[in-house]
Amino acid sequence: MKVLIMGCSRVGAAVAEALDAGGHDVTVLDRNPRAFRKLADSFHGERLIGNGMDTRTLERAGIQRSDAFFAVTQGDNRNYFSSQLAREVYHVPRVLCRTYDQQREEIFRQLGIETYSPTRQGSEAMLKMLNTPKGEGG
Amino acid sequence: MYIVIAGGGKVGFYLAQELIEGGHEVLVIEQTVERVSALADELPDAIMQGDACEVSTLDKAGVSRADLVAAVTGDDEDNLVICDVSRVRGVPRTIARINNPRNALLFESRDVETTVSATQAILAQIEQELPLTQMVPVMQLHEGLEIVEVKLSETSPAVGRTARDVLLPPEALIALIVDQGGSPRVPSADTRLNPGDALVVVVRSDTKDTLKEALIGATHGLDT
Repeated sequence: MKVLIMGCSRVGAAVAEALDAGGHDVTVLDRNPRAFRKLADSFHGERLIGNGMDTRTLERAGIQRSDAFFAVTQGDNRNYFSSQLAREVYHVPRVLCRTYDQQREEIFRQLGIETYSPTRQGSEAMLKMLNTPKGEGG
Repeated sequence: MYIVIAGGGKVGFYLAQELIEGGHEVLVIEQTVERVSALADELPDAIMQGDACEVSTLDKAGVSRADLVAAVTGDDEDNLVICDVSRVRGVPRTIARINNPRNALLFESRDVETTVSATQAILAQIEQELPLTQMVPVMQLHEGLEIVEVKLSETSPAVGRTARDVLLPPEALIALIVDQGGSPRVPSADTRLNPGDALVVVVRSDTKDTLKEALIGATHGLDT
């Protein structure tokens, strides 16, 4: 599977490494070349410097041939914008958009974008842990 | 009509003034506190401080009863979010200012009815007035030197050559290359030139014709 990851954040780097280790063809895109330091030396995929909101950069990163697109920059709006580009313009089969703001997340979902919210999913997980006796839950 | 304008920059401000004069109910949403206080005198009762990308801000602005939302911030991604959230809230018509003309396609596919791109309008104007000029003066320097920008076309004689092999006039220097992807780099002698590269060149004003021959090729028509 060819996967394009926009944003070499901690999550972006971790997902990239895991997919790479699983034998997938991974490209990581980030505006800041220093962000790639988060990737392990063993990462075989491509590191590409550029703005993922620019169609030319996305095309250079091979978005037309990608099976999945992950938008994991720090900006909810940037992630949404590029996710819609991936979906509407490039018809990438699987698009995942990280969204911190829960209100926006709900609306992005209504607009057809698959979202992951660290705020919502993180708080849910912590509450679940609190309600589970220590040592029993995940 | 009730019209919500997201972004209180120059575009948002002038738009608001025109619409208020035209008898419409207008609310400008502006994020920065300083800008809001600067606009408060000019647009009394028509300005609200907040981030228009936040759903709660748009709800507070009563966006669900708006007839039109105009997203005119300087960021295309913010404008898309504002238009899309407004649409979900039932706004029948959304207009976005787009800053990168290449984003027009996405806005159209999202049913943002009209897209207004200042950049595109200016480009169209420039193309109309200067149809064949491919060398843009950027800045005058001392001692008869100036900085110009040249975008390489497919037919440029410099394409495929390295920076060393381009037949530049004496004392001319390729200072910077911005490639099609928008990435800038300082060229070395071995840097190869590609179609679509924008070259920033320092050149003596009296040798610009030689530079044109080297980078654009045989000039014709109206070229100045």
